[in-house]
Amino acid sequence: MNRSVDERDPAAPGPASAGPAGPETPETNRISHPVRPGRWLAAGVTALVLAWLGWSVAVNPNLHWDIVVAYQFDRVIMDGLRVTIQLTVASMAIGVVLGVVVALMQVSDSQVLRAGAIAYVWFFRGTPLLVQLIFWFNIALIFPEIGLGVPFGGPKLVTWETNALVTGFVAALLGLSINEGAYMSEIVRAGLRAVDPGQQEAAAALGMSRLKIMKRVVLPQAMRIIVPPTGNQFISMLKTTSLVSVIAGADLLTVAQRLYLTNFEVIALLIVASIWYLVLTTVASVGQYFLERRFSRGFGVTVPGTLRGRIGRNLRFSGSTR
Amino acid sequence: MTTPMVRCQSLRKSFGRLEVLRGIDMVIERGQVVCVVGPSGSGKSTLLRCLNHLEEPQAGRVYVDGELIGYSERGGRLRPLPDARLRRQRESIGMVFQRFHLFPHRTAVENVMEGLIAVKGVGAADARKRADDLLDRVGLADRAHHYPAQLSGGQQQRVAIARSLAMSPKLMLFDEPTSALDPELVGDVLEVMKNLAASGMTMIVVTHEMGFAREVGDHLVFMDEGMIIEQGPPRDLLAAPQHDRTRAFLSKVL
Repeated sequence: MNRSVDERDPAAPGPASAGPAGPETPETNRISHPVRPGRWLAAGVTALVLAWLGWSVAVNPNLHWDIVVAYQFDRVIMDGLRVTIQLTVASMAIGVVLGVVVALMQVSDSQVLRAGAIAYVWFFRGTPLLVQLIFWFNIALIFPEIGLGVPFGGPKLVTWETNALVTGFVAALLGLSINEGAYMSEIVRAGLRAVDPGQQEAAAALGMSRLKIMKRVVLPQAMRIIVPPTGNQFISMLKTTSLVSVIAGADLLTVAQRLYLTNFEVIALLIVASIWYLVLTTVASVGQYFLERRFSRGFGVTVPGTLRGRIGRNLRFSGSTR
Repeated sequence: MTTPMVRCQSLRKSFGRLEVLRGIDMVIERGQVVCVVGPSGSGKSTLLRCLNHLEEPQAGRVYVDGELIGYSERGGRLRPLPDARLRRQRESIGMVFQRFHLFPHRTAVENVMEGLIAVKGVGAADARKRADDLLDRVGLADRAHHYPAQLSGGQQQRVAIARSLAMSPKLMLFDEPTSALDPELVGDVLEVMKNLAASGMTMIVVTHEMGFAREVGDHLVFMDEGMIIEQGPPRDLLAAPQHDRTRAFLSKVL
């Protein structure tokens, strides 16, 4: 199996063909790998530290594991969990749509469309998400009423009280999705640019319309580039939703905080929330793995790494960079 | 007298200050196989790309089957055709690229079906049947469910030819179809093109394959620096070129 090229090609010069290969060339090479004591030592130390950490967490009386168990499936916590999932899914959905639209604006021939897209990305990536969330929550201070009608101060057909319209949930949704759209547009743009321009020409030569070329030829190929970072964005978003606790978003972290403000079980309730965040990111990692496999069809590559390795990678605390 | 399949009138194209086509006049009759040869940078590919309006010429006109390509003309003024009309013109002109440009996310048979489904609106079952026939015609029936990345260059190019043929074009453009292939794979592609020529298809082939030009071509066009230097029956032109530039080029490639 590991025979060198020289052996197969009798004409090629080289030590392998110079002498007889010997009557018995083994089917597989037996290679004795050297012992690596450093690696063994490091593994031992790591295992020891892990065991010690686990033990000290398990037996620590200050962690109140009984409280954790009692609250893990508490009705209030479950409501918060539901809000977190809703916020994540809705913000990501809107964010992806915004991202695709803005990315298409960025690759457009119109300078106005490009400028609009660049301004959007510049503003929403350039200010902290936390500021944006608080801003949306207090939008009524700038626009007390929202109306439909003639712009630039013309007459209005209908108007609404901003405070009635922009609830905590809506403010959270606005803040998260519009911010996400700015990041997603960069991801989508990178995906679009990665598709060979020859693909569009080939499709155009067949007589396909611009819309069909985008939908049937360019986007499906761009997806291969777009899906992995989008999975990361989703997982990051699961945890980023905890920021809405500053605007009373009723998400998982907010309800956990409300509970510990009344019963003072700060650590136990943070553990309850963290366990749920871990569960959500794990489930999302599995979904990401299958999505990536789906969109790498035809590229002769398998999704790198195993499902297990992928889950582990996504649990790292590097997800949220905002 | 019937209208010729292709008529170019003083076609000019420049990219910025670089003049790539400097007045091309050409007439191609139905069923002719025209080979276009010349040094790289002579404008061969650009000429081909002007014929289906992938490039917009600065001046001059292209008629395919009597129809002005890319524009409508009224009172001597040209106006760009609406997208839908241009698409219909492109649909009837097949194009095969040097680098194949198969859709990598679709299998061979799906590549051939793509135009039928997305452009002609043929149902999936009919499209599949048509695509299977075409793959059989280019000798790749057994590779129908392979993705392009799993095919050799020669096989990919034959799928690309089948993909173009699926649109039932009246004219086929080949832009150096064998230049990106390993030498031992060239023959299969040329064989398919030969059969296509024998079936009466009008073909314009930008190529470096002088053997193909001599054997299959009805007409040979030699281009240099954006102009047609010399043209005529391939055997005569290859045997006795009249111009120094043609002689210089042929002495390098033959």
